[in-house]
Amino acid sequence: MLIAVAAIRMRDLFGVVILFGVYSLLTAVLFMDLDAVDVAFTEAAVGAGVTTVLLLSSLRLTRRWEAPPRHSPLLSLLVVGVTGAALVYATLDAPLLGDPSSPVHKHVAPRYLQEAAGEVGMPNIVTAVLASYRGYDTFGETLVIFTAGLAVLLLLGFGEETKPRIEPASMHEQVVLKTVVKLIIPLILLYALYVQFHGDFGAGGGFQAGVIFATGFILYEMVFGAENARGVMPAPLLPRLAALGVLLYGGVGIFSMLAGKPFLDYSALSADPVHGQHLGVLLVELGVGITVFSIVLSIFYALSGRKRRHD
Amino acid sequence: MIEIPGLYNYWVVVFLMMAGFYVVISQGNLVKKLVGLGLFQASVFILYITMGNLSGGQAPIVTEGIFIYSNPLPHVLILTAIVVGVATTAVGLALVVRIHEAYGSIEEDEIHAIDLADDETLSTESADPEDSSE
Repeated sequence: MLIAVAAIRMRDLFGVVILFGVYSLLTAVLFMDLDAVDVAFTEAAVGAGVTTVLLLSSLRLTRRWEAPPRHSPLLSLLVVGVTGAALVYATLDAPLLGDPSSPVHKHVAPRYLQEAAGEVGMPNIVTAVLASYRGYDTFGETLVIFTAGLAVLLLLGFGEETKPRIEPASMHEQVVLKTVVKLIIPLILLYALYVQFHGDFGAGGGFQAGVIFATGFILYEMVFGAENARGVMPAPLLPRLAALGVLLYGGVGIFSMLAGKPFLDYSALSADPVHGQHLGVLLVELGVGITVFSIVLSIFYALSGRKRRHD
Repeated sequence: MIEIPGLYNYWVVVFLMMAGFYVVISQGNLVKKLVGLGLFQASVFILYITMGNLSGGQAPIVTEGIFIYSNPLPHVLILTAIVVGVATTAVGLALVVRIHEAYGSIEEDEIHAIDLADDETLSTESADPEDSSE
C-alpha cells in the first residue's frame, strides 16, 4: 500500500515503473501466503518481469518526466473518497476471510476438489480446472491474448527498418554481465520447459511457461542486442507461432468433435478417458504456452524495435 | 469487534482500488494512467484470491493427508486474467507510443489543447471559402 502511494506521488515515470514492479512482486508474495501458488507464480513472472520491461521500453519511446499537475486534485479525491466509503460500507456484509461457509466455496468448487483427481487424473487442480473443466474460457483467453498481440503489431509493426541500433559502449564492456546472462539463459529456458510440462503435478502451466520462456529471450535481446536476438528467433516467425498455438488448442477441440464428443472433450483422444484427459490438457497447455510466448516476445520486439520519432 | 479482523482484506483491496482509480481520473500522464489501471487491476486480483482463501487450507495440489484446499476456481480465473492484463496493457502502451508520435506529448491536457487548436484551424479554413464567395 505504501508503495502504491509512493508510486502515485512520484513524477519521475522511471521510478513509478520500478515501484510498480516492486508492488507486483509484493502482490505475488501475498498470493503465496493465501495458498494461491499458481497465481503467485504468474504474477511474479508477468507483473514484476514482463510488465516492467514493457513499460520501460515504451518510456524509452516517449519521455521520462511527467508534467506538473494542472488542476487541483481535490475534486477527484472527493469522488474517490465517496466511492471508497461506499465500497467499505458494502464490505460490512461480505463473508469473512477464510470462512468456509462463504458462498464462493459452495457452488462448483467442492466438486472440482473432490472429483478432479479421479476424472482428469492430475494432482494440480488449478491446471485441471483451467484446461479441462473451464477449457472454453481458457480458449477464449488465449484468443484475447492473440488478438491483443495482433493489435500491438498493427499499431507498431516490428520496427520495419531494423537499422542496427548503436549499442552504448558501456554494454560492450559488461563482461561480467554478459557471462552471467549467458549462464542464466539456458537455465531460464530449461525451467520454462519444466514449468510447461510439470504443470499437471506442481504449480505451473502454459501461461507461466510462455512468459518465462519469453523472458529468457527478452534478457538475451537486452544484453546482446536486437540483431543477435532476431537471428535466433526471427520476428516474422512469431505471429505464425502464435497462430499455431491457437490452432493447436482449437484443433484438439475439433478433433474431439470429429470423434463424436463435445468440443474440447479430451476423453475422445484416447480409449481410456483419464489418459485422454491428460493428453488433452498437455496439448492444450502446449498451445497456450506457444501463443503466450510468441505474443509476449513480439510485443517486446515491437516496442523495442521502434525508434524515437520526436524531440 | 470480532468481525473487524475478518474484513481487513476487503479494506486493503478498496484502498488499492481507489488509489488506482484516483490515478486514472486525476493524472494527466497517459503512462501513469496505465500504471493506475494496473493498480486497480491488481486490487481486483487480490479480492478474488482472498475470497478463494480458506483458513487452514493448503494450495490446491492434491497431496496425501491434506483435506482442506483453498478454492481453485478464483485461482484459475485470476491466473488467466493476469496474462490477459499484460496483453491489454501492451495494447495501451502501443497506443500511447503512437499518440506520442502523432502529438509529441503524452499529457492529456496538451493533447487536448493540440486537438482544439487543430479544430480551430480546420474551421477557419472551411469558413474562408464562404467568405470569399460572398
